[in-house]
Amino acid sequence: MGHAQLSDDSGNYSAVENAAQGYEALVQKAPDDLNRLELLISGVHCGGCIQKIESTLLEEDDVDAARLNFSTRRLSLTWNGPAQRANDLVTKIEALGYGVQGFDPALEKLQSRDEEKFLLLCMGVAGFAMGNIMLLSVGLWITSSEEMGLSTRSFLHWFSALIALPTILFSGRPFFRSACGALKNGHTNMDVPISLAVILAGAMSVHELLTHGEHVYFDSAVMLLFFLLIGRYLDTRARRSARSTATDLLSTLTGFATVIEEGGTRKLPISALRPSMIVRVNAGDKFPADGIVKDGRSEVDTALVTGETLPRALEPGDEVYAGTLNLSAPVSVEVSKAAEESLLSDIVRLMEKAGQGQARYVRLADKAAKLYTPAVHLLAALAFILWWGLWGAPWQDALLIAVTVLIITCPCALGLAVPVVQVLATGRLMKKAILVKSGDALERLAEVNTIILDKTGTLTTGKATLKGVYDPQALQLAASLAAHSTHALSRALSDSHQGALLDVENVREYPGQGLEGVIEGRQVKLGSRDWCGDQNAAPSSDIELWLAAAGQAPVCFYFTDALKKDAAATVEKLQSNGLEIHLLSGDRQEVVDLIAGQSGIETALGDQKPDQKFAYIETLKKQGKHILMVGDGLNDAPALAGADISMAPGTAIDMAQNAADIVFMGEEFAPVLESYDTARRSGLLVRQNFALAVIYNIIAVPLAFAGYVTPMIAALAMSGSSLVVIANSFRLNRKQGA
Amino acid sequence: MDILIYLIPVALFLGLIGLAGFIWSLKSGQYDDLDGAARRILSDADEDNTENS
Repeated sequence: MGHAQLSDDSGNYSAVENAAQGYEALVQKAPDDLNRLELLISGVHCGGCIQKIESTLLEEDDVDAARLNFSTRRLSLTWNGPAQRANDLVTKIEALGYGVQGFDPALEKLQSRDEEKFLLLCMGVAGFAMGNIMLLSVGLWITSSEEMGLSTRSFLHWFSALIALPTILFSGRPFFRSACGALKNGHTNMDVPISLAVILAGAMSVHELLTHGEHVYFDSAVMLLFFLLIGRYLDTRARRSARSTATDLLSTLTGFATVIEEGGTRKLPISALRPSMIVRVNAGDKFPADGIVKDGRSEVDTALVTGETLPRALEPGDEVYAGTLNLSAPVSVEVSKAAEESLLSDIVRLMEKAGQGQARYVRLADKAAKLYTPAVHLLAALAFILWWGLWGAPWQDALLIAVTVLIITCPCALGLAVPVVQVLATGRLMKKAILVKSGDALERLAEVNTIILDKTGTLTTGKATLKGVYDPQALQLAASLAAHSTHALSRALSDSHQGALLDVENVREYPGQGLEGVIEGRQVKLGSRDWCGDQNAAPSSDIELWLAAAGQAPVCFYFTDALKKDAAATVEKLQSNGLEIHLLSGDRQEVVDLIAGQSGIETALGDQKPDQKFAYIETLKKQGKHILMVGDGLNDAPALAGADISMAPGTAIDMAQNAADIVFMGEEFAPVLESYDTARRSGLLVRQNFALAVIYNIIAVPLAFAGYVTPMIAALAMSGSSLVVIANSFRLNRKQGA
Repeated sequence: MDILIYLIPVALFLGLIGLAGFIWSLKSGQYDDLDGAARRILSDADEDNTENS
């Protein structure tokens, strides 16, 4: 059955020019003799999309399972049949109108989903244990042992131990592992005192239990674990999304190219391309490697490299770059550099380098932990030595006080201070269609003092719009012809014409040059200056499109890329916050100056290549500036990754969105200001939270040190401090008046 | 007070059932795609063939 279907399908699809090929290389073996393929799907927006893709695939008889994960846009597909079948299935998804990318299974290791699941499991177990121990502990706290009877108390203690000890061993693992790792490498981190406190509290309690002591600390230990795990889980979730975008980015480099050889064509993985191979690139495909055009005329969308949204004409002998998009006709390209050396890889490499720089950023919580850890160790040790050595208390009591000190300096409040604010702030921004991707993005954003903007698509709308007033008749002619093309300028032209369109016959599109057709018996051409324009006309800083109708002087239409409506106002507000704003663009200096003037930016540089932008940022960084980069093209990607913090509009290309820490949707520029404000406010709240935790410690530690703190007070103080910190964090939502 | 000898294990047992339920939901991947689940519920289609997850 599967085979009959297969031959049928491949027969049909081989006729389709761009049927998927080469996906069999990514197929993995699954249990039960099934084949499995992981794909990244782009263009999925709603429940309907999930349904459409899954049901289409499941209609195939040999498909065993198809599951699309909406959060990660990952489709997991298993089927019962040959690996080559992958290509047909991919073609089917593409036919639905979704973009498909192979997901290299080797990249999967980089994902931290398992870690997140593990934390969630530990948290669930700790939460369960905490609830049940509290049930027993409340009884112990409110009743004296005389009233309860010694045997009942022991019974409750034993039951607490039964719940707590396995929980400590199970849910404490994330902390134990991290503490062991740190100690092995000869340094200490926040998990060391946590582990120590939990283990000592457990050990002390067991000792009390066996000697029929009055107090056990099982509840405190488990509660400590539970609160800390909440903070840890929130933190991991925030960081995971940042890491998964990096793997998505790498997977854009895995794909296939059609290599022309003597006697036919062959599909090869892009990574196998070598210089002097001839590659055929169809219209709508990306150039797989850097090279020289050998044959064919087309247009290339270089938005990825230069950031400019308007296509460039392509002729034999022209240079093309990997990752740019071939727009209008198939061309053959001689590969000049292997994929690993191509421009796209250069950019990715630059980004990796920059990403490592970013990782060196010390998060506020880590700074706090650095101060906190030694202080806590010292205090606990001091308490033990003083009570035991100096004041002659029995060693059990001295150790008990030391453990109480460890527990009561409770890192809970500290552990929750940052993640809770972060999650609330990102949630708030999410409602305003601003996506914060990396955990510490807001923390870094709050420290920014310089903003670097890209022009096209960031400060401007990125779409060409017709400028000025034209003869209605000429406009009608041009719009009628333009309606037959999907070129960006043609679309802008036909959009700006309101009235009726004329009938056009014999339309032909000349890639890179223009359109030709016959309207009311007249030959009409619409295209570049070289092709049909007036060669002697004065050059202009705007984008031109010429209309040449037989028996009439050529008419020139001017297009411009308009500023976003709220750009100037937002720039002014940011400047009034004391931020320095620079404009860097790959466009010509005159155009950049014009836009800078309109938006009130003083420093503006044009003709910037990706590496120049990156270098510019490095220079500013060396001067001690903290930089926010806002950009949307691939040319901005290294700069986005190199800046302290970066933002990209939702209209940006995938790679820029991947590189950016924050992505904002919509046609406006105001989200930049909004994010900055939120970041500043959440930074303030985090510091307040730390202050609260410190105040709490100043009160609680001396009490614990003096030996006045019973387990009940320790437990209450612990949850109390955590609740205060959480409540304070919620002010982020409340305080906003506007 | 003897009643505690029954009641506490009963309470613990009920708690364990809840925990088992949580672990099952975690293992069966119900926390893997929180956004997707929210959207899937809106589609009317026959879910018969998507039970393989």
